[in-house]
Amino acid sequence: MELNNLTAHELIQKINNKETTPQDIVASLHKRIKEKDAQVKAYVRSDELIDPTHIAGIPVSIKDNICTDGYNTECCSKVLEGFKPPYNATVIEKIKAAGHSFLGLKLNMDEFAFGSSTENSHFGPTHNPWNLNCVPGGSSGGSAASVAADEAIWALGSDTGGSIRQPASFCGIVGLKPTYGRVSRFGLIAFASSLDQIGPLTKDVRDAALLTNIISGHDANDSTSINCAIPDFTKSLINDVHSLKIGIPKEYFVEGLDPEVKKVAEESIEKLKNLGAQFKEVSLPHTEYAVPVYYIIATAEASSNLARFDGVQYGFRADSSNLIEMYKKTRAQGFGEEVKRRILLGTFALSHGYYDAYYLKALKVRTLIKQDFDNVFKDFDCIITPTSPTAAFEIGEKTDDPLKMYLSDIYTISANLAGIPAISLPCGFTKKGLPVGLQVLGKHLDEEMLFRVAYTYEQNTEWHKMKPKL
Amino acid sequence: MSIDKQIVEHVAHLARIELGELELSRLSKQLEHILGFIDKLSSLDIEKTHPTSHILPINNVLREDTPKVSIPVEKALLNAPSKKNNFFVVPKIIE
Repeated sequence: MELNNLTAHELIQKINNKETTPQDIVASLHKRIKEKDAQVKAYVRSDELIDPTHIAGIPVSIKDNICTDGYNTECCSKVLEGFKPPYNATVIEKIKAAGHSFLGLKLNMDEFAFGSSTENSHFGPTHNPWNLNCVPGGSSGGSAASVAADEAIWALGSDTGGSIRQPASFCGIVGLKPTYGRVSRFGLIAFASSLDQIGPLTKDVRDAALLTNIISGHDANDSTSINCAIPDFTKSLINDVHSLKIGIPKEYFVEGLDPEVKKVAEESIEKLKNLGAQFKEVSLPHTEYAVPVYYIIATAEASSNLARFDGVQYGFRADSSNLIEMYKKTRAQGFGEEVKRRILLGTFALSHGYYDAYYLKALKVRTLIKQDFDNVFKDFDCIITPTSPTAAFEIGEKTDDPLKMYLSDIYTISANLAGIPAISLPCGFTKKGLPVGLQVLGKHLDEEMLFRVAYTYEQNTEWHKMKPKL
Repeated sequence: MSIDKQIVEHVAHLARIELGELELSRLSKQLEHILGFIDKLSSLDIEKTHPTSHILPINNVLREDTPKVSIPVEKALLNAPSKKNNFFVVPKIIE
């Protein structure tokens, strides 16, 4: 067995037993990336893999929107061409403090995390390791594909509306969006500040718990990070769901859900039922409003956050002798089409005359969506749904219709709006051999419940052991 | 909600993005389509609902005003497209 095929916890064991070294692990990743990444295209640019003097522990692969001191961080956008952050994101400092290292080579993503397929990257699309004609999902498509292809041991992504969970689902791996505020956003290049959260993409649930342990915690540099005790999440890896109360929202099992995905999800629910969990249908009545609310709030916040890319302090600048024209040309040439679309939508929703009708209204409906979850969680320990209504779609299939693309996040967006944690784990395959993901949503700050349910399901199935043939 | 080119042109100016003629008409159509979908929010009665701009009950997080070491000027200017004497250089704004 090659080292790069193993999980982080297996490798930690091997290092402790003196059977391998961090140097060997990096060498094995390097070899795999050289052999396979020309097809998968999970990584971007050709930076140095890792500073040889900094190799330690189990290297973490990093999405291109998380700042790494001295290593290019461009959000896969032309507007940030050549940007080398002068500091590390807090999660990077925490990885180093825990005795691990990170790869200087960064992972592909939709430009500024705007997308559900990684097709919006300035560097071109990443390919799904299970079928190279399909998308890996997005926006953390490079993170998910690298882990699935054994080109990474474990990876970090970011999730604003499903950007960790949906690609994890499409690539057959585990992905967690922690509770909003659980992980510091300092050094994560902002998309929508009230929704963004960094989280792990891993080969199994134990690795997700380990990496969540490392990156969680209060940070004075992020005023929205929560100051509370962090449990040891590996203690939640309990193979027992007996008498847990799990809700199945009826609004998620409706038209638009692919029949094969539905069947796989229902079989997984049956499995958990046989293991002792109690299931009951519940209602999240405002589910159908989640996508429209999201595309107002997320674009409004993005339009404000992306105002900083004006060609003055970093990245690309278009030549002009006039300042306003320099801004306009820099942004016209530096941003891709989806970024422009979202900035315009967000600017419109915040502009004079439309603020009350769009932005304020969306904030109010966000309250209703949050209340839906509060009501269900009074009586239930967690909620289970499919992660995405379909398995991975083909490259190019949805690029002409932005709205169709937005609807592929329909099951993941609500967790961001409500700020609750949610995990996606592999739960089966379609007839064409594409992975399907199961989503578990939990109460505010109750990642422990998610790890317990996910771990139990994983220990009693074999899906997480399946590898794509590359 | 009907979106004409004039509205998109105005919004693009607010967002400081230059748009070509083709881009303008394509984006106008797409934005109208997306806003048409978003209009389903109008069917809800939310007169008395409180807006949620932020999910956590955290407000006005302040810190002690104590000096700390910050990033040195040379490092902060490392990524500048144009710089001179410890400043960012931009096109002239006063004639």
